[in-house]
Amino acid sequence: MKKLALSDEILLKIDKPARYLGNEINAVLKDPEKVNVRFCMCFPDVYEIGMSHLGIQLLYDMFNQREDVWCERVYSPWVDLDQILRERNIPLFALESQDPVREFDFLGITLQYEMCYTNILQILDLSGIPLSAADRTWADPIVIGGGPCATNPEPLAEFFDLFYIGEGETSYFALLDAYKEVRQEGGSRQEFLERAAQIPGIYVPSFYEITCHEDGTIASMEPVNSHAPRKVEKQVVTDLTHTYYPKKPLVPFIKVTQDRVVLEIQRGCIRGCRFCQAGMLYRPTRERSLEMLEQAALDMLESTGHEEISLSSLSSSDYSQLPELVTFLIDTFGNRGVNISLPSLRIDAFSLDVMSKVQDIRKSSLTFAPEAGSQRLRDVINKGLTEEVILEGAGQAFEGGWNKVKLYFMLGLPTETEEDQKSIAWLAERIARRYYEIPKDQRNGKCQITVSTSFFVPKPFTPFQWARMCTREEFLEKAHTVNTEIKAQLNRKSIKYNWHEADVTVLEGIFARGDRKVSKALRLAYEKGCLFDSWSEHFHNELWLEAFDEAGIDTSFYTTRQRKTDEIFPWDFIDVGVTKRFLLREWERAHEESVTPNCLMQCQGCGAGRYHTGVCPGASASGTAQEKAPEGGTLVSSETAQERKKGENQA
Amino acid sequence: MKIRIKFRKYGIMKFIGHLDIMRYFQKAMRRADIDICYSSGFSPHMIMSFASPLGVGLTSDGEYLDIEIGNEQSSASAVKRLNAVMAEGVEVLSFRRIPDEKSSNAMSLVAAADYEVRFREESILPESIMEAWTSFCSQNSICIVKKTKKGERELDLKPLIYESRCEKDGSGRICISLRLSAGSADNIKPELVMDAFASYAGFAVPDFGLLIHRRELYADTGLEGAERFVSLEDLGEEF
Repeated sequence: MKKLALSDEILLKIDKPARYLGNEINAVLKDPEKVNVRFCMCFPDVYEIGMSHLGIQLLYDMFNQREDVWCERVYSPWVDLDQILRERNIPLFALESQDPVREFDFLGITLQYEMCYTNILQILDLSGIPLSAADRTWADPIVIGGGPCATNPEPLAEFFDLFYIGEGETSYFALLDAYKEVRQEGGSRQEFLERAAQIPGIYVPSFYEITCHEDGTIASMEPVNSHAPRKVEKQVVTDLTHTYYPKKPLVPFIKVTQDRVVLEIQRGCIRGCRFCQAGMLYRPTRERSLEMLEQAALDMLESTGHEEISLSSLSSSDYSQLPELVTFLIDTFGNRGVNISLPSLRIDAFSLDVMSKVQDIRKSSLTFAPEAGSQRLRDVINKGLTEEVILEGAGQAFEGGWNKVKLYFMLGLPTETEEDQKSIAWLAERIARRYYEIPKDQRNGKCQITVSTSFFVPKPFTPFQWARMCTREEFLEKAHTVNTEIKAQLNRKSIKYNWHEADVTVLEGIFARGDRKVSKALRLAYEKGCLFDSWSEHFHNELWLEAFDEAGIDTSFYTTRQRKTDEIFPWDFIDVGVTKRFLLREWERAHEESVTPNCLMQCQGCGAGRYHTGVCPGASASGTAQEKAPEGGTLVSSETAQERKKGENQA
Repeated sequence: MKIRIKFRKYGIMKFIGHLDIMRYFQKAMRRADIDICYSSGFSPHMIMSFASPLGVGLTSDGEYLDIEIGNEQSSASAVKRLNAVMAEGVEVLSFRRIPDEKSSNAMSLVAAADYEVRFREESILPESIMEAWTSFCSQNSICIVKKTKKGERELDLKPLIYESRCEKDGSGRICISLRLSAGSADNIKPELVMDAFASYAGFAVPDFGLLIHRRELYADTGLEGAERFVSLEDLGEEF
């Protein structure tokens, strides 16, 4: 029988013991004596969030296909167990073997959002691994970070031995091989890091030295080890059809956020919204073939027994064979009690028809993401979407029987005026009026329009990376303006307004464009007890303010400062495909309120073309041919996923 | 046809609660390709009901769920397919056809349950535990106050304890075997009996100090007044 790291008494005392047992369906067990490399994959948040992440399922499956590697998992222990582990000096353990994390060869941590950074320190601390990479020896695992936030790894540089920049499918095996060889040869940790630095996509932070100008901006960032490249190249899978995809995803015992089969149909997005980091990082847009996706859907539903399948991509409507795929799913699974969830669809006759087949119209809501209230501001952010298209889509949906609409906006976008803010209320009002144009006997009671705003955080590798971010007070003032304007509308009773919390947004902004200096504040905040910062009930802004103060950091340097166009950014050493020249051109076009055509309409020469794949002109390895995508696009999603609603205020 | 599945829950699966076990079996039915029937309506769900929820921390050799299915080759084939997709800690013991009538539903039939209770630490027990148990059980009544959703009510446990024994098991550990009233009328949890015994014998059981194992669930097929307990499994037949 399986051994456990925790006693019965502890497991019965804490909330949801299943978080810490492993043993899930499709979990991989191996004999530790028979593998060369033990890899512990970590999502630094609670189990239910971490288990919902496709990337870890993908790498877990890929690593475990190798006989010489055993990949296991660990998630952040919730606060109840955190306290017990500290009190009783129980080391943090991996789920499968229940062995201490510190005994592993690698600890791989996915960096999905900035607000999990204190949880990374928790994982290291509870594992007994020195927080600073400089203090580690072969008694500790190699700590490697990856995922979207690794594209500005500098705030975390001190705590990681390595970062993997880009998509994990390409270089990980080379890294594991290098590790195996160095260990078999009896090499030092330094020798391994030097080997790793030569593998494409691997960044070794200790091999670089940074000098600063007097004003705190970067003067230079140079490699100080001859094995380290000046630029680290982001890794991209060139053929998404013939690559790794888990046939047997893990099936948790407890309900997790994403309790369903996830089918990633493509990577990247052709749209080029100027605020969107994913839209730039995952260029070029690449599709998986229809045949591959059909087989993957069959395999995964059979091996998991899940009752729901969801398509995943940044903009599903741009997938060239979407009608064929959706028809296949409905025909194959529709009468087997399997729900089909279709997020991020453009609203049109096709999507409305499909959605009326797969969900209960009366209960479901449609989601639009105009992101900005006015046409002027939508042009600034390159959300090539007009009010006519939104009203037309909403009108079709209302006539199809829907009466619940969710609208997502951002506040604090570059060049935003009070008029732009009020336009959010006006747009919601016009949508409500469109609903009440339907004769009373033909409509389904009142309509419910939910307006949600988040605050804009400028992100690295986007055209808005130069933008000034608003202060907390400015953000709240904007939310107040929207709230007041909504309350002044005729149909205010049909419109509900939620806005995001400002403090946590400001913190996110500091780390998103942070440099190595902010790590001091991160460590101080953790020592003061900050943990699970993305959970509003555990977020302690006052502790963070103290931490920045004690670290001598003026946070406005990272947030409200207007950056010059020739400034060297902490993340400039990474080559993400998209060039800085392209981003700068888009930054300028934003100020001209010029819309840039999407990738399929006209190549903009962003730089991602050198991967020679996907939608890029002249690419050959792409899975399927893509047709011309229509201009603009209202994004709509079927809201079957239980949303992670945190930190929202309601009006 | 209506099917009764008997399963065993052991090892680390004892930490998985009842609602999650229900979800677990829904997914297991699909993995094992059981031709289970769904309710009608816009969001159909599997026709599946469990006999009696088992608390977190308890193990069992006698758990039951009833389902409705279309085609199935044989009991043996279904058991084999289900066990091929189980997690460690759940084992399907039988898959039997039960009569179609509504009254054959496991949940409504449950009348009694067998339990074995051991102690995590035997040092908490008085030396004369066996004698204490005998004298505890030979009382004319065992009155306790049972907390319910509506408040508290006084209850005599004596007529609800159908059988009991205190002895040493094969490995020399004290084991109290109980047959208790179960089901919708008087569902007596073994913890309740043990609490009454502990206060009678003058010792205290710490939190999570009991190791409780459910052995079997029974229906009462006796005629009025005379109890005749038959295991839920024995009401079905192999096919």
